[in-house]
Amino acid sequence: MSQLSTLPKPRRNVELALLLLALAVGIGANMLVGVDQEKAFDSDFWFQSSLLAVAALVFHGVLRFRAKYADPVILPIVVALNGIGLAMIHRLDAPGEDTGNNQLRWTLIAMAVAIAVIWFLKDHRILRRFTFISLAASALLLILPLVPGISAGEILGARVWIRLGPMTFQPGEVAKITLAIFFAGYLSSNRDLILLAGRKVGPLQFPRFKDMGPMITAWLVSIGVLIFQRDLGSSILFFGLFIVMIYVATSRISWVVIGLALIAGGGFVAAQVFSHVELRIYGWLNAFTEEVYGRSPGGSLQIVQGLFGMANGGLVGTGLGQGRPDLVPFANSDMIIASLGEELGLIGLFAVVLMYLLLFTRGFRAALGTRDAFGKLLACGLSFAVALQCFVVIGGVTRLIPLTGLTTPFLAAGGSSLLANWIIVGLLLMISHTARGPVDTTPLPPAKGSEATGIDTPTEAVKHL
Amino acid sequence: MSDLTITALRFGFLLLLWVLIFSIVSAMRRDLMVGRKAASGVPSARQVRKNPDLAETPPTPAKQQARQLVVVEGPLKGTSVPLAASPILLGRAQEATLVLEDDYASGRHARLFPQGSRWFIEDLGSTNGTYLADQQLTRALPVEPGVPVRIGKTVIELRP
Repeated sequence: MSQLSTLPKPRRNVELALLLLALAVGIGANMLVGVDQEKAFDSDFWFQSSLLAVAALVFHGVLRFRAKYADPVILPIVVALNGIGLAMIHRLDAPGEDTGNNQLRWTLIAMAVAIAVIWFLKDHRILRRFTFISLAASALLLILPLVPGISAGEILGARVWIRLGPMTFQPGEVAKITLAIFFAGYLSSNRDLILLAGRKVGPLQFPRFKDMGPMITAWLVSIGVLIFQRDLGSSILFFGLFIVMIYVATSRISWVVIGLALIAGGGFVAAQVFSHVELRIYGWLNAFTEEVYGRSPGGSLQIVQGLFGMANGGLVGTGLGQGRPDLVPFANSDMIIASLGEELGLIGLFAVVLMYLLLFTRGFRAALGTRDAFGKLLACGLSFAVALQCFVVIGGVTRLIPLTGLTTPFLAAGGSSLLANWIIVGLLLMISHTARGPVDTTPLPPAKGSEATGIDTPTEAVKHL
Repeated sequence: MSDLTITALRFGFLLLLWVLIFSIVSAMRRDLMVGRKAASGVPSARQVRKNPDLAETPPTPAKQQARQLVVVEGPLKGTSVPLAASPILLGRAQEATLVLEDDYASGRHARLFPQGSRWFIEDLGSTNGTYLADQQLTRALPVEPGVPVRIGKTVIELRP
């Protein structure tokens, strides 16, 4: 493991410069979407832009104060993505619709929650104490949408929503964080046991059967999500998250083999037994068949329209506000990548994908740098969850894999997804703060009776190293 | 607004996106270099004032400079490891500098690293903990020569 001993530098000024550039991207996009309809600088525009800018700068200020060694590029990337998403959603609002302002509200709420996480949690290692509470919380969050009374019923074929007063919320989005905390806590304490026991078959060392417990649990959870909530995307996400975390913890390829075998078996059976899975796969393979295109439900109209939109955009795009991405159903949520592909073209879409890639590498960089096993696993798991989500969504929109109902992180319209992803950003920033900061070498406080002298101030001896 | 302006703005926006990406990548460049000297150069006067231990003063012949690590108790009793300038990983994992054959030690148990003229020990989230002079570590602490550090059933000491 590389422990790069670089001089700890806060680098908050770099962050501020990049943040201003990111705000220019977000606000510039918002300006461009209205530029040819002579409504570029209406009151909505000033309202939205100033709120986004203030929120981002407040976040930056909090980092200066609370996590000054945090990674300087994570916040700018996320603000840029969120800004582009806001602009696109605002642009797709039909007259009278208010999704754009709703998304802005959720952005502000999500940023406030992420700030609260950084402010009150202080150290990610505290989360390790909540390993099994997280497991219980995940189970609860995943069961909630099935409970009559709070369940919002079946919306668009999936039962993943709950109703909270006037709003709906997708608890599964938050469950990916609690599951990552549980896996990280469990694997960091039981890693040695899982690693050492087992039988060797050829080049692979297989684990003992009784150590497979968590694997089976994770598999059951994802199959359960698939059957009861009819949500293929989340099912892939949860299981992928688990396989990656156990692989990172043990570096045993056998886990990946077992995991893929299990999911292939489960997926095959699901495709045979459940009509919605079968429809999805058939629609994906035969998207351009006329009969499939017009079928409802489960037709391929959405995905084919998205592909036509992106083809219309070509290399440089039609320009923001000048294409017709609104022809695609769910253009501002599931298909927002197709909308961006149409209006920004391949060049713009690649920029967006690269931003995700950079965010992902920064998460892994934080994992490499932090010194505790729990933090490493948590950072890997969270950044991988974001990356896998991007893969599933962008792969679905571009017809690489069957289209599933996951949201594009930070871009797509939807409050629960924004909230969950901003919390992930808060946790990653905190882990990178401990990873990049100086090693805490202040001595332990004497056991008792010296609280008055201040626990965290270094003694003279350490000051004069 | 004229078509020309709109087209200019359209391409300007794509350019801005890529300017952002290249700025981010160049801001990250520092992290991609390995090694202290290459990454940060000689610490500036201001940095030295802020963190005094960064001053590259020639290792002053301190009263008792630790030169080796000795196992005084446990299965590896008698083993000694010379201390250079690089950190030492203690644990049962094969990549550890000192591989402890001790059932009560974790794979990556603790890390011993030099800072300034002293050595510090830090627990790496081990299951059974690391004890410096019978006190469990919760953060990195300086190790003076002759003070016992207990990891599982193994006790190590720094010797001049």
